[in-house]
Amino acid sequence: MDLQTLTYIVVGITFALYIGIAIWARAGSTKEFYVAGGGVNPVANGMATAADWMSAASFISMAGMIAFLGYGGSVFLMGWTGGFVLLAMLLAPYLRKFGKFTVPEFIGDRYYSKAARIVAVICLIIASVTYVIGQMKGIGVAFSRFLEVDYGTGLLVGMGIVFVYAVMGGMKGITYTQIAQYCVLIFAYTIPAIFISLNLTGNPIPQLGLGSTLSGTDTFLLDRLDQVVTELGFHEYTTQARLSQLNMFVYTMSLMIGTAGLPHVIIRFFTVPKVADARTSAGWALVFIAILYTTAPAVAAMARLNFMNTIEPAPGQYLSYDERPQWFKNWETTGLLEFQDKNADGRIQYSADKAVNEMVTVDRDIMVLANPEIARLPNWVIALVAAGGLAAALSTAAGLLLAIASAISHDLCKGVFMPDISEKSELMASRIAMAGAIAVAGYLGFNPPDFAAGTVALAFGLAASSIFPVLMMGIFNKRINKEGAIAGMIAGITVTLLYVFQHKGIMFVESTAFLGDLSPHWFLGIEPNAFGAVGAVVNFVVAFAVSRVTQAPPQDVQDMVESIRMPAGAGEAQAH
Amino acid sequence: MAFKSKEDATAYWAANIKLMMWLLVVWFVVSFGCGVILVDVLNQIQIGGYKLGFWFAQQGSIYTFVVLIFIYAKKMGDLDRKFGVEEK
Repeated sequence: MDLQTLTYIVVGITFALYIGIAIWARAGSTKEFYVAGGGVNPVANGMATAADWMSAASFISMAGMIAFLGYGGSVFLMGWTGGFVLLAMLLAPYLRKFGKFTVPEFIGDRYYSKAARIVAVICLIIASVTYVIGQMKGIGVAFSRFLEVDYGTGLLVGMGIVFVYAVMGGMKGITYTQIAQYCVLIFAYTIPAIFISLNLTGNPIPQLGLGSTLSGTDTFLLDRLDQVVTELGFHEYTTQARLSQLNMFVYTMSLMIGTAGLPHVIIRFFTVPKVADARTSAGWALVFIAILYTTAPAVAAMARLNFMNTIEPAPGQYLSYDERPQWFKNWETTGLLEFQDKNADGRIQYSADKAVNEMVTVDRDIMVLANPEIARLPNWVIALVAAGGLAAALSTAAGLLLAIASAISHDLCKGVFMPDISEKSELMASRIAMAGAIAVAGYLGFNPPDFAAGTVALAFGLAASSIFPVLMMGIFNKRINKEGAIAGMIAGITVTLLYVFQHKGIMFVESTAFLGDLSPHWFLGIEPNAFGAVGAVVNFVVAFAVSRVTQAPPQDVQDMVESIRMPAGAGEAQAH
Repeated sequence: MAFKSKEDATAYWAANIKLMMWLLVVWFVVSFGCGVILVDVLNQIQIGGYKLGFWFAQQGSIYTFVVLIFIYAKKMGDLDRKFGVEEK
């Protein structure tokens, strides 16, 4: 059977499964819609959180980035997992005890202020929409590549599918669909990794294979890789830092805090029955995430090595262009891989030296998708990877859309503008908000303002600098008042946005980047994507300073903080 | 249900903070410490094919994070029961 048909079948089966689950688990009440009725088992919830969390960026892009960044890529590995430690210890159990539906709702109650709630909604929407655009782009690319339709059609198909199960099912449908999606994506990620590890090192466990010797030799895989890349003039794989040690530190911190501050992840912990379950559920989520995240470095290093070996089978013996393999030709047609025969010898010279390098384009994002083909794995594995990439992108998009919809219908409509709206109308409002969010995200995904790559990291910076600090201070410091929280959120997100805009352009239009995207202009050499941690520090400092000079929060709010610090009495997620 | 006394509430919260601080110290040491600040020093040591600093950055820190959360969940569960504030 050819690859095309096989891909249709595998992707078709998985989608029939997701939609079937969405219909079976239709939400009947607002509580089921927002928090799945508050009755999801912690292990199941952990698995759903993992699928929610791991986006197209984790599945498709991350290993490719690490493959070319080497040690520098560690910021993504540590940053996107370490945040769960913060989430489990600093936020999840307390927000579960608080027992409402949304993040802005907590901020509004804790800081006894509708203004604080509205500011939180705005920060949440900015961070989530930035993130969801990246997912829509990923969905469009994946559908168009594997269904062999143009990008626009791919995107429309994807929007339709997200619409069906997110809008119909709400959180209840999403939770159960995400469990199915996790199974698909983890299977799709690890199977090729196991095959490749077995091929290269004879060890079927990729995490161990990465530290093993190459089959039939005494050379360690990583030593061999270091040697191959340095011979071509690239930096040594295992020690190549990302800009500077300070930059790596700040970047990792931004991603960690951002992880703990992204609302679509936080609301997952409102869906478990008890406070104790919120703690263990975060642990389970990280277990399921770690399976992919510890496999990724192996996928990265092995893909890089296979790629290098294909182009230069023996030292100095470059591959003849006429003998290039099929995958090379396939990716050439997409423009993501490009060869230019500069010295006209018909062979592919690959080098770090730009003047002689003939591989003029090697897009990092193709590594995971092309990996099974480079390693000559059977077609069904390649089809499975397609289904896995789609599962990752769709599950994250759905989770984010739910967070956006609940912020609009629950926090803005019910919480601020129309307090006596009925449950039925609220449910309708959130479905309309979600449909609207899909349309906006789809439109931006179709006409991306040229920032698909930068958006994901930026979304983390925004969440890190606005939402995380006020949540944490709200729980651990009774003295922080509404003035402090509002000033802190605004200061944090503004500093981060300004720093990004002055280097990357206002709304990413390059010509408006008045300082230029050049490292000499960077504050202490910190790249814009990593600036969220600095924004978070600003948020903390401003909030403390402003709170000190203004009135302490009222007694009932201080009592509320006391009560969320104690697990007993949470019961079910309260209706109101 | 609530704490039996004000002292109990204070003691519970102090124990929670202390546990959390210790675990966060470990969190910081394995990732920012071993994976970023001390990476060059640790890279002098090699275990199998892995340079140790590189291993912490790409494998070890992640395993440690998982363990930390489960230790936290377990110890907090014990603490809840000790002070009688667990959920039934």
